[in-house]
Amino acid sequence: MTIGLPHYLAVAAILFTIGVFGIFVNRKNVIIIMMSIELILQAVNINLVAFSAFLHDVVGQIFAMFVLTVAAAEAAVGLAILVTFFRNRGDIAVDDASMMKG
Amino acid sequence: MQAVAFYFLALVSVASAFGVISARNPVHSVLYLITAFFSAAGLFVLLGAEFLAMLLVVVYVGAVAVLFLFVVMMLDVDFAQFRQGFAKYLPIGGVVAGVLLVEIVLVAVTVANGGAAAKNSQPMASSPGLTNTETIGRVLYTDYVYLFQAAGLVLLVAMIGAIVLTLRHRPGVRRQNIAKQVARTPKTGMTVVQIKPGEGVSE
Repeated sequence: MTIGLPHYLAVAAILFTIGVFGIFVNRKNVIIIMMSIELILQAVNINLVAFSAFLHDVVGQIFAMFVLTVAAAEAAVGLAILVTFFRNRGDIAVDDASMMKG
Repeated sequence: MQAVAFYFLALVSVASAFGVISARNPVHSVLYLITAFFSAAGLFVLLGAEFLAMLLVVVYVGAVAVLFLFVVMMLDVDFAQFRQGFAKYLPIGGVVAGVLLVEIVLVAVTVANGGAAAKNSQPMASSPGLTNTETIGRVLYTDYVYLFQAAGLVLLVAMIGAIVLTLRHRPGVRRQNIAKQVARTPKTGMTVVQIKPGEGVSE
């Protein structure tokens, strides 16, 4: 049995859905939310690379690299914000984080 | 053989992704995340995109996951309190995720069977006669060189932002002030004290 494009797209779809599901069920834990976002970006990367391979066009892999870059930057800044938030508040409960409402 | 490898990697990837969102201990979540990225890198190798697979291992497992692990271990928080809303949001999350999954799979299958990608049955991630890394390099440094520079800028801004956010100067900590040290002269650094016999120096 040969593995085609639909197989890879299905894996990416399942990973994406798990990421969205994780954001819903872990609404209080911001670290798990950030990991879910990483999972979603990973699903996007699998889609990009799979299409790149099956279209015989390398540009998809270039874009996957940029997605990787942005994901790394997002993780760094997000965790820095989290550390600062923890320092100011003493915990990381995000559901009552309304300091910036003014 | 390829099918066996694919199904194994896909299964491990999906199972550990589920572990990420359902583990009670966030440290376990990070370890599941590492497993998920590793098996996704394996999928990339199966597709022929070795360079991105290695990049994924280096960047995600080596940098991002370790950063997550570091923050999870550094924050002294009782993580059990965050599990409260799990059952409450399970139904709505499940409905949204299920609808999303059906939609994405429908679109994906349609595209994969009828789109431009359907005519190629074999994946090919490199130009003929070139390695995958060479193929990427030839496109990245020519057609996409400005985008490449912009990606570097994004990383620079993120780095500066993370430093600015987390840097703090604690009061009462003695630091080396090099300018002050260099500007020091005998006149400011030394005083001549006349000591009477039998007394000693007192400030």
